[in-house]
Amino acid sequence: MEYKDKTLILEGKITRFTVPSLLAKISRIDKIKSIDLRKVSAIDSAGVAFLDELSLKFSPEIINASKEVEAAIKTFSSLRISSIKPGKPPNFLEKLGGSFYDGKDSFVNGLFLAADIAYWSFIGLFNKKGQRRGSTIAQSLLIGVDALGIIGLLSLIIGLILALQSAAQLRQFGASIFVADLIAISMVREMGPMMTAIIVAGRSGSSIAAEIATMKVTEEIDALKMMAINPIRYVVVPKLHAITICMPFLVVISTIIGIVGGLIIAVTYLDLSVISYFNEAIGVLSLKDVLVSLTKSIFFSWVIVIIASYYGFKVQGGAEGVGKATTASVVASIFAVIVLDALFSLIFLV
Amino acid sequence: MKEEIISVRNLVAKYGDKTILDGITAGFFPEEVTIILGGSGCGKTTLLKSILRLHQPTSGSVKIFGQEVTNMDEAEFDQILKKVGMLFQNGALLNSVSVFDNVLIPLEQHTNLPGEITEKMIKVKLSLVNLQEAIFLLPSELSGGMKKRAALARAIALDPVILFCDEPSAGLDPLSSASLDELILKLKEQLKMTMVIVTHELASIHRIADRIIFLDKGRVLFSGTLKEAKSSRVSEVKTFFEVGKF
Repeated sequence: MEYKDKTLILEGKITRFTVPSLLAKISRIDKIKSIDLRKVSAIDSAGVAFLDELSLKFSPEIINASKEVEAAIKTFSSLRISSIKPGKPPNFLEKLGGSFYDGKDSFVNGLFLAADIAYWSFIGLFNKKGQRRGSTIAQSLLIGVDALGIIGLLSLIIGLILALQSAAQLRQFGASIFVADLIAISMVREMGPMMTAIIVAGRSGSSIAAEIATMKVTEEIDALKMMAINPIRYVVVPKLHAITICMPFLVVISTIIGIVGGLIIAVTYLDLSVISYFNEAIGVLSLKDVLVSLTKSIFFSWVIVIIASYYGFKVQGGAEGVGKATTASVVASIFAVIVLDALFSLIFLV
Repeated sequence: MKEEIISVRNLVAKYGDKTILDGITAGFFPEEVTIILGGSGCGKTTLLKSILRLHQPTSGSVKIFGQEVTNMDEAEFDQILKKVGMLFQNGALLNSVSVFDNVLIPLEQHTNLPGEITEKMIKVKLSLVNLQEAIFLLPSELSGGMKKRAALARAIALDPVILFCDEPSAGLDPLSSASLDELILKLKEQLKMTMVIVTHELASIHRIADRIIFLDKGRVLFSGTLKEAKSSRVSEVKTFFEVGKF
């Protein structure tokens, strides 16, 4: 590169490899009247962008460009392209209003979807048309049987922890036997249904949301509609039936294993006998406790499926949208399960 | 005779036990548009993927810029990839970022150009594919054809020496397809780009092809110039060009 009489003489190749050094060299120049391209052998789009940058800064005349270089400048010059500015981001109040409307829409759409799911699930009990044959059993295996291991393990640990934390306190007052009451009531009424629901929301809820969202972005849902198949009936109803059957069983198993967890501490740490522990645990429970627990489990399972389906069906975009829908579904399901559990606790307090 | 910029020798590629490419030998010449033709499942896309190591061939040799790439180490192959662009069948744009950022990725990663220069380059590349209006949109907000054009802008972001295109005209309307062909010719002439294109569009082939490689059941059935292909006596090639007349 040469600079003579306010003329910049460029030479050789002006490409993405040479532009950074040229930019560094011209930073010391304060005026360019013309740019001589006689010695330029090749130019790429980075080179033309460099010339554009000089044109904007100094408005020079470009002279002596060969035919090839001139053609490249014509093709790659950005000067003729009008700039498009990104839209103004919304301010705080606009964002607040937008969230309110989004929230309202989500709620209304969620209600409509829940009504649709309830309707088709009821119809599906008597008429299996519109569902894949054997899909309820397949889903029961996925949602129920496959989840047994993790639910059992976590329930055992929760039972152990609850018993361990309370045992130390109760022993001081000579009330060791009441550890059985505490474990039985907390596992049956609260921990069993809630922990099972949280695990199912994380495990099966996420899988339902991801499956439906993927079907939506790959137009499988549209394909079902075009075949005159109701996607809710075909995709969601088998899952709802399966989870409704499996959830009470999972809760019962989780509760029993949790109580066994408590038993381990009661026998090893508090020196209670197995018989006295079980007598106390069973004696403190009423039929109402068990029924509340099972009712909760069914409501939790419905909430998980409805929320997962809602986020699955409302997905936008591609792979990233599926990820977002899955995460949102798990967070919303866990939140809803805890809120619902609080409501149940209030209603059945007495 | 020009030296081959890509040479493929006895290339065999399999998916599991199924042989897709059964001893392909072909040459691709600099500053030429080579069209890979053939029926569905004949191995066109697998050939592209095997050349670019997106699919590991079972045996055979692939040389790009005279260098054997099948056993080349990752870092060395990256240097070759910096001179190569690829337009995937479905665009393969990153959905989480805007069209602008999609085109910016290779420029940001592989050059030391300052922001004002890369911005101009992106604007130009998007204007070349008639997509300047969509610069700040996300790929999910684009139509199928727009996605493909945005992906082409990304593929040519670094002015590659070789551009591979897997069915570039599929899903485009005839006008967009014709303007894409025009762009391909412009890039070939002005940037001396070599193009390897998989396409079935006969109109496109007539407009842009210099050379044709016709595949059938994983083998090369015909290889030659467009003129030779049109007068070929190989029945499949003959049928292809004759059926296309109607």
